[in-house]
Amino acid sequence: MKELSLNILDVTENSVKAGATLTQIIITEKSRKMTIVIKDNGCGMNAEILKGVTDPFYTTRTTRKVGMGLPLLKMAAEMSGGKMTVASISVDDDKQNHGTTVTAEFDMDNIDFTPLGDIIATITTLIQGHPDTDFEFCHETEKGIVKLETLMLRELLEDVPLSSYEVIKWIEEYLREQYESLG
Amino acid sequence: MKSLAELQAIKDKMKSKVVLREGAEAIRVVVGMATCGISAGARPVLAAFVEGVNEAGLAEKVTVSQTGCVGMCQYEPIVEVYEAGKEKVTYVEMTADKAKKVIEEHLKGGKVVTEYTIAASKA
Repeated sequence: MKELSLNILDVTENSVKAGATLTQIIITEKSRKMTIVIKDNGCGMNAEILKGVTDPFYTTRTTRKVGMGLPLLKMAAEMSGGKMTVASISVDDDKQNHGTTVTAEFDMDNIDFTPLGDIIATITTLIQGHPDTDFEFCHETEKGIVKLETLMLRELLEDVPLSSYEVIKWIEEYLREQYESLG
Repeated sequence: MKSLAELQAIKDKMKSKVVLREGAEAIRVVVGMATCGISAGARPVLAAFVEGVNEAGLAEKVTVSQTGCVGMCQYEPIVEVYEAGKEKVTYVEMTADKAKKVIEEHLKGGKVVTEYTIAASKA
């Protein structure tokens, strides 16, 4: 992937597929280290599946047996001298607190650090594709915080879908202005 | 600055439209957004369709949605166009520029852009 934001888009699709009603995407940049956390309340995975999940030849898909999403993110993290971990609680083991958390760390000064890229496009793509699930996005840098919570927008919009063109454009601009104000 | 009041105004405007739109959508554009599609450049293709369909005034007629891997990863980004009563059209190796042409000629004009289809690509 050319941008980490594309990895984020790809891995978050897994959360939605796992039936998550809420997926949090939290990016933190501090002292030239970037941490990306993708945390969902989906069905989770048991210990056996979890072991195989960063193996490029593991997937839950039935059409073909190769899943590359997490291995690609892991590779991007390790290339920069960082790492990726996955923690998960299966719905079979805990009916209340199930879900998966993917954490990837990057050294931003490493020559092989993949830039974050167009994270706004990733967020709007996720909302356009999955208007009925909620996303929380938070990007904290040393200059400030950019934030978006779809739940709040959903309450305000009532039955107008979040995937409506006008709403997507509003979200895009809303995030862009927040980034611009960080300078 | 973008405000929530502005979003409220969007809602009020959309609410009157929602009623009109029901059942009016005749064409479905589906963009493959699995690992293969995303890494091949599907995100800007999707954005081009979302944007272009609206700019062309086709929002009432065309919905743009996303799907997973359709099993032809080497041809990604893949875009499928479904229209009632017509055969599915599969566009392959799409770009944002190609999307513009598909919107203009196919979605608006009703003429399939044959050169971008999988049939043309395989030939």
